[in-house]
Amino acid sequence: MSKKELQVSAIENGTVIDHIPADKLFSVINVLGLSSLDNPITFGTNLKSTKLGKKAIIKIWDKFLEDDEVNKLALVAPSAKINIIRDYEVVEKKKVNVPEKVEGIVKCMNPKCITNYEKVRTKFTVVNDSPIVLRCHYCEKLTDQEHMEII
Amino acid sequence: MNTHSLVSIEDYTKEDIMEVLKSASEFEANPNQPLLEGKVVASLFFEPSTRTRLSFETAISRLGGRIVGFTDASSSSVTKGETLKDTIKMVDNYCDLIVMRHPVEGAARYASEVAVHPILNAGDGANQHPSQTMLDLYSIYKTQGTLENLTICMVGDLKYGRTVHSLLQAMSLFHPTFYFVSPESLKMPDAYKLHLNELNIPYYECRELDEAINKADILYMTRVQRERFADPLEYEKVKNVYILRNAMLANAKENMRILHPLPRVNEIDVDVDENPKAYYFEQARNGVFARQAIICKALGLK
Ligand SMILES: [Zn+2]
Repeated sequence: MSKKELQVSAIENGTVIDHIPADKLFSVINVLGLSSLDNPITFGTNLKSTKLGKKAIIKIWDKFLEDDEVNKLALVAPSAKINIIRDYEVVEKKKVNVPEKVEGIVKCMNPKCITNYEKVRTKFTVVNDSPIVLRCHYCEKLTDQEHMEII
Repeated sequence: MNTHSLVSIEDYTKEDIMEVLKSASEFEANPNQPLLEGKVVASLFFEPSTRTRLSFETAISRLGGRIVGFTDASSSSVTKGETLKDTIKMVDNYCDLIVMRHPVEGAARYASEVAVHPILNAGDGANQHPSQTMLDLYSIYKTQGTLENLTICMVGDLKYGRTVHSLLQAMSLFHPTFYFVSPESLKMPDAYKLHLNELNIPYYECRELDEAINKADILYMTRVQRERFADPLEYEKVKNVYILRNAMLANAKENMRILHPLPRVNEIDVDVDENPKAYYFEQARNGVFARQAIICKALGLK
């Protein structure tokens, strides 16, 4: 086996999400809806990382993350790196960019917000990207990274 | 969503604000104009607010419009568990314009996405109350002759007071200087200060009211509301910290005026009422003209 193959550990086609802070692994699984996928997926966590201390990695067979999925990922793990693999080769590295608008993903942290009373799809504008701060389209209150809850 | 709604003061540009102020002064000169003849306005008060409701309903009446609606949620289908969406959809079928007050924040924005007709937000919880802001701006404009380059001193509850937050947002368009006078526990939230920093708008925070009075063009007083405090002791500690008395106004600027969204508790001593700088009663009267202007703008009538 060549060194290259080892690095991608036998994923032929698909996506490798690397450099996820270990404590954000489950948030990433949630935000990308991975639990409802039929594709083979492997997870590794509490791996050593010089940058993050402990990191997690996700490998998804035969799935290529779309831009809006990449944006969702940015909300919970902005440090993540995405590699698109085809034929055992990294063909594309995607940068995680925090989107300008966030819809239907995050819960508004204001308990008095209409989105927490009625079935209203949440909408936010991103007012700051590191750390992430969202402003609710409805109640106009801020939701910060620390209080961010993925729906 | 319909673009004629007024949900948040930020829905108005600087030009919109000036247009409404001009229109308000025309209504002040000539209040009875039958521009709403044949129109039906829904006045939906999901929580009671006699002051705001009477002001809006007076504005509608002076414009010759008809009013349907309810004055609190207990007399409406809301108590039967109907969603806001369904109530708005139903009322939207009957009327040309909806004025609504609701205890839930963001309710008016949501309603403006559900309804075909324009929504005027008459208060959504602690969030926005843009017609109050417009009447404040109209009062400032009337007494100072301009909104540009003024020094605004805000006093009292700057943490929870939505009127000061909306006024701050609106005045930010006009190169102001701010003084914030509040007890430590009721300070202006960081989010608003960051907003001012970004716009390079100067502001000063002080603990003493005397420091700021003599610099102000507008002294905007607010009341400290008991219901904002989880701890009653904390309320007792801060409720009497800032009381404006007539003697404190001796060296205030000639053009300075005192505003207060009313009702007051004790934060302005009655001995101030006779001072020509006291403007809070006229301020309330301005609300009807400002609301006439807002209604007509929403319906494209003027
Ligand atoms: Zn919200």
